Amino acid sequence: MSWDWHYSGEILPDLLDGLRYTLTATLLGYVIALVLGLVWTLLRRSPSRVFNQVVRWVTEFIRSTPLIPQLYFVFFVLPAWGVTIGSLTAGTITLGVHYSTYTAEVYRAGIADVPKGQWEACTALNLPRSRVWLDVVLPQAIRRVIPTLGNYLIAMFKDSPLLLAINVAELLFSAYQVGSKTLQFLEPITMVGLLFVLVSVISSILVRRLERRYATN
Amino acid sequence: MSEVLDSYPQWLDGAWVTIRLTLLGGALALVLALVFGMAGTSRHAWVRGLNRVYVEFFRGNATLVLLYWFFYALPLIGLRFSTMFAAVLALGLNVGAYGAEVVRGSINAVPKAQYEATIALNFTPFQRMRRVLLPQAFALMLPPFGNLIIELMKGTAIVSLVGLVDLTRVSKNIQGSTGQTVAAFTVVLVLYFVIAQVLQLFVRYAERRVDRMLGRRLPAEPSLGTIAAGAPGAGVG
Repeated sequence: MSWDWHYSGEILPDLLDGLRYTLTATLLGYVIALVLGLVWTLLRRSPSRVFNQVVRWVTEFIRSTPLIPQLYFVFFVLPAWGVTIGSLTAGTITLGVHYSTYTAEVYRAGIADVPKGQWEACTALNLPRSRVWLDVVLPQAIRRVIPTLGNYLIAMFKDSPLLLAINVAELLFSAYQVGSKTLQFLEPITMVGLLFVLVSVISSILVRRLERRYATN
Repeated sequence: MSEVLDSYPQWLDGAWVTIRLTLLGGALALVLALVFGMAGTSRHAWVRGLNRVYVEFFRGNATLVLLYWFFYALPLIGLRFSTMFAAVLALGLNVGAYGAEVVRGSINAVPKAQYEATIALNFTPFQRMRRVLLPQAFALMLPPFGNLIIELMKGTAIVSLVGLVDLTRVSKNIQGSTGQTVAAFTVVLVLYFVIAQVLQLFVRYAERRVDRMLGRRLPAEPSLGTIAAGAPGAGVG
């Protein structure tokens, strides 16, 4: 069996349609991950020891369990509790919440990397708490973590095919669908694979550029 | 809840599949990581090129896409694997590519004077790696490797989509047969969490041993560099 160029051209529109869903889930999920991650990090700095530990274990739990059962949980359990959501929404939320536990860790390390002298200077200048965070610590911390956060966008993109477990019509799902109509899987799945490599290689070049741009040493 | 727990033989079988996939995939990933990681530090450009092609291709791809490709596409051109073998191959190749970047980064992080000393002492390249560079790089590799093995364990859940009955598949089956949605999916998440914590314990133990061997002390907080090295996106340096 050899590669069928005509067939590959024919299925391209279907794949691009799937790519739309993939990108929607990835990008919206990424927004959730960025915001919720910061929330986790700030919650972990709460003075209450108990609360702190609870947040720590909740994020640890989400981080160390796989995405597919998490997708099942959100997609099947929420309706049982009276919340009905579509599969794309469920997928996006799960992807975002899952990765928020990773971004939280990144923010935390970024904050820890801000030199101690900066904190001491803030104390010496008697700056109010809000200004310490908004004007001194977070700008420096976020600058340091931008390349790492960029990596997680790529990682989320590469985890998006898992959404087919709850029937989101994303890229791999649509490739499988067109393939099963004709039983010719070689072209669609290979094309998806090449597309993934292409996007990943381009974006890792961009991330490397970000790394150079925001290099702190 | 009790119906879900009564099916414990099924849960155990599923857990065994998950654990076996983790161990086999991890072993393959480790071998690939060492081979291609060391290739990445070679003096010869074509050997380094081999490392780049492997890393960019398999790190750039989604494991599920690889698995689908092995499972649905390759049989059409006459290559037929068992599902288990295809899964181990997909997981090992993918995680091995991340691991190769970790190995390469760790070897490059060994102080340059150490490398120069091996040249002064007229070590062969093999002796250099075996006696000087790898033992020191090993301590740097362990924390990111720990993250990777847990990522791999989580990654095994994809096999439930091509018909292997792992933990995830068992939870779906039990949910289907008992209708206990909340219980079935809670139990499976807890089981994965326990497996991850056990793996974590092993990694911590290994880290302490290696650090004692090298006379280092563990840093209290993981630095940004450590986290970035284990990040599933692009690699170190």
